Amino acid sequence: MRALRLTHHRTVGFAYLGISLAAVAIGSFLSLIMRIHLAWPDRIFPGHGVLKPEEYLALVTMHGTIMLFFVMTVAPLSGFSNLILPAQIGATRMSYPRLNLFSCVLTAVAFLVACAAFFVPGGAPIGGWAAYPPLSASALAGPGQGLGMDLWLGSVALFSIASILSGVNTLTTITLRRCEGMSWNRLPLTVWAWLTASLLAALAFSVLLAALLMLLSDRHLGTAFFVPAGDLINGVIVSHKGSGSPLLWLHLFWFFGHPEVYIAILPGMGLTSMVLANFARRQIYGYRIMIATTLLIGLLGLTVWGHHMFVAGLNPFAGTVFSAASLAIALPSTAKVLSWIATSWRSRMQLTTAALFALGFVSLFIAGGLSGPILAQPILDEYLHNTFFVIAHFHMVMAMAATFGLFCAIYYWFPILFGTVLGEGLGKLHFWLTLLFSYSTFLPMHLTGIAGEPRHYAQLNGMPGPAAHLLATTMPLQRHISASAIGLAAVQLVFFVNVGLSLWRRRAISQNPWSATTLEWIPAGQALQCHQAPCQYSPDSTSFIPQWSTASENCPERE
Amino acid sequence: MPSTFAPPEIRRRPDDGVREGDHGNGRRPPTDKRTGGNGDGDNWDARPKGRRGPRERLISARIGLFFALAADLLFFIAIVSAFFVSRATGHFDAYNRYVNDWLPISLPSILWLNTAALVLSSVTAEIARQGMFREHDALEEWIGLGRPLSKRAGVWLSLTLLFGLLFLAGQVAAWKQLAAERAHLAGNPSSNYFYLITITHALHLVVGLGALALAMLMLRKGRSVITRQVWIDCSVWCWHAMGVFWILLFALLEFGQ
Ligand code: HEM
Ligand SMILES: [Cu+2]
Repeated sequence: MRALRLTHHRTVGFAYLGISLAAVAIGSFLSLIMRIHLAWPDRIFPGHGVLKPEEYLALVTMHGTIMLFFVMTVAPLSGFSNLILPAQIGATRMSYPRLNLFSCVLTAVAFLVACAAFFVPGGAPIGGWAAYPPLSASALAGPGQGLGMDLWLGSVALFSIASILSGVNTLTTITLRRCEGMSWNRLPLTVWAWLTASLLAALAFSVLLAALLMLLSDRHLGTAFFVPAGDLINGVIVSHKGSGSPLLWLHLFWFFGHPEVYIAILPGMGLTSMVLANFARRQIYGYRIMIATTLLIGLLGLTVWGHHMFVAGLNPFAGTVFSAASLAIALPSTAKVLSWIATSWRSRMQLTTAALFALGFVSLFIAGGLSGPILAQPILDEYLHNTFFVIAHFHMVMAMAATFGLFCAIYYWFPILFGTVLGEGLGKLHFWLTLLFSYSTFLPMHLTGIAGEPRHYAQLNGMPGPAAHLLATTMPLQRHISASAIGLAAVQLVFFVNVGLSLWRRRAISQNPWSATTLEWIPAGQALQCHQAPCQYSPDSTSFIPQWSTASENCPERE
Repeated sequence: MPSTFAPPEIRRRPDDGVREGDHGNGRRPPTDKRTGGNGDGDNWDARPKGRRGPRERLISARIGLFFALAADLLFFIAIVSAFFVSRATGHFDAYNRYVNDWLPISLPSILWLNTAALVLSSVTAEIARQGMFREHDALEEWIGLGRPLSKRAGVWLSLTLLFGLLFLAGQVAAWKQLAAERAHLAGNPSSNYFYLITITHALHLVVGLGALALAMLMLRKGRSVITRQVWIDCSVWCWHAMGVFWILLFALLEFGQ
């Protein structure tokens, strides 16, 4: 009964998950249309006809926006932090339940406003999720850059406010509501990840909000923050006076944008550490260092935004500095990877679906992370910028890794969310198929990128010129990618069938089915107190010490 | 883990005295004596977190406000950084000459008066805030003998509201004056920024005024003393922050162009 209260954090958490479920459905649908169009450009869509270039660009923009904001930010950070975080720190509620509900509602409104952009005259904006001016500053720049763009800006502004508020709520909750004995270095790494991500969200979204207001003012109030003098769009001079700088928007946007991608991935990193340790029955390798790297990734993440701007007219010396900082951020990332590997190496891990998804996270993070330091060198990025190589990079390291993090969270915490476990058989099938299709979809994009396939291009064949000829040779690969993408979406059915079946069967489970050590698994009725560091398992794997047990009474491992 | 030590309060705490669902509300309100909120000699470590009484609520609200203000500071830092970038930016004209369009605007001197009004408003707000924690009166109000805290705070807060509104009126006057000198929002880059900064700050102040007004409402409607204290305390801290932001922004506009 209690859980039904609107301001209860679990209610809010489920609402966030609901929003991102709707968002992921729409976002995937958009991406499939794009893939079908790229591989079979003459295809007639039933009830629509052939896809026009501007429609393709609108799809790109909305796919990126919906996925990055409403899925990768909402689900791991807002959703799961509400569902799990209070229990993990032994709190009975979030610090500000009403504020929490308010930011959730605001997020939902932002999502509706974003979707509304499809239905206004001109349709959705076509400038990509980074909305570079000057083309985003004028309605002349194309269909969708009028009312659609305004709705987009409004939606992202609302989303920013919601994220700042929910970040503040999470930060306060972690600071003040830890239960007795839950000292900072006993906090599970998931909590550290949520803490860092919330901090980044509160800071980065504030900057984005300022930038959005400035862009809106450029569009409607005649200022020229981002519009250069003599800006000419479609033969019309848009700005006469002032000398605004599009580069300024890039600075502000990427100061937000880079931390944003870490907001998406940090919760997955924390969960991976905890889940690997739990199923390997080992202490996390270098717990203190893992805390430090989490914070360091957050901190350094605020200093590397320029690596998105190497070819945007950035001073080359500045490029070198940003390049060095970006390579520096690879160090804490590598430390994390090493810790994951050291924790799982030769551990005879119990390969549950949750553990598999954590391992999949590591695999994708490595595979996608490797291209990061390549892109972070201005001289290489000069060629690779705006190609599908970048798309491949961030879909592996962010999109797919974070998705695996989400699935790991769902499989691992399902007992807490729904009181039963997900079927392991279907779960493993789901994992292997998803892993296979993710690689099969996104690895080849590196190749088409190196062959020169540009981002945001509606059509790759049928154009004259040698470059177009080179592009046309990628068509077989394009068809392979598109088929894999359809496969990737299709095998998610296994997951939904699994959820349906498991909820229907409702297999009875014990209070702590994974023999986990953290507080969210505390038996009902036990006092919310923390006596232990997390992840303590006896060396001979016969017992473990959950955080709530006083040191003398170890729990025996169940078989 | 090598770093496991049990903080001492776990063992020290008597397990019995605490009832489930007792959040400590209704205990004595926090006062300027800075005790645990429950009078002299109160050791709030002896109660579990979340049930430590009024001062805990006060701190929780303050910390949240602090995080929100830190985020807000970054909002202004973003704008100020953009200010410096734009001030130093130019472009090449048709004759390949480098031109920097930035023409500093001379600020209307009424801004100095506005600043004085804002400082005064912070002073009265602070008097209101500190008054909320005067021990003798707080206890009187808590027992229910009268409402000395709320009455006094109400008076000082009305003054704050008045000065705040004066400031906003003064800002409007400044905008009018500049408009008469043909310095519009959509003019020179410098006036773009002048208006951006003053308008966004004014919007913040409107929110701050709203918070103060709500706090005054809570003085009447808030059921417990601590509720009233929290509202006054936090809205005043928020107001101070807006004042400090203004002084920094004003200094930037006056001396930084
Ligand atoms: C080893 C660390 C990493 C380095 C050095 C790195 C470097 C880069 C560089 C230089 C770019 C810009 C490429 C271009 O536009 O030309 C880029 C793009 C991107 N990276 Fe990374 N990256 C790293 C890790 C990550 C991680 C962990 C994530 C996400 C969780 C991520 C997400 C992205 C995204 C989303 C983009 C594309 C943004 C866009 O243009 O739309 N990267 N990365
Ligand atoms: Cu980046």
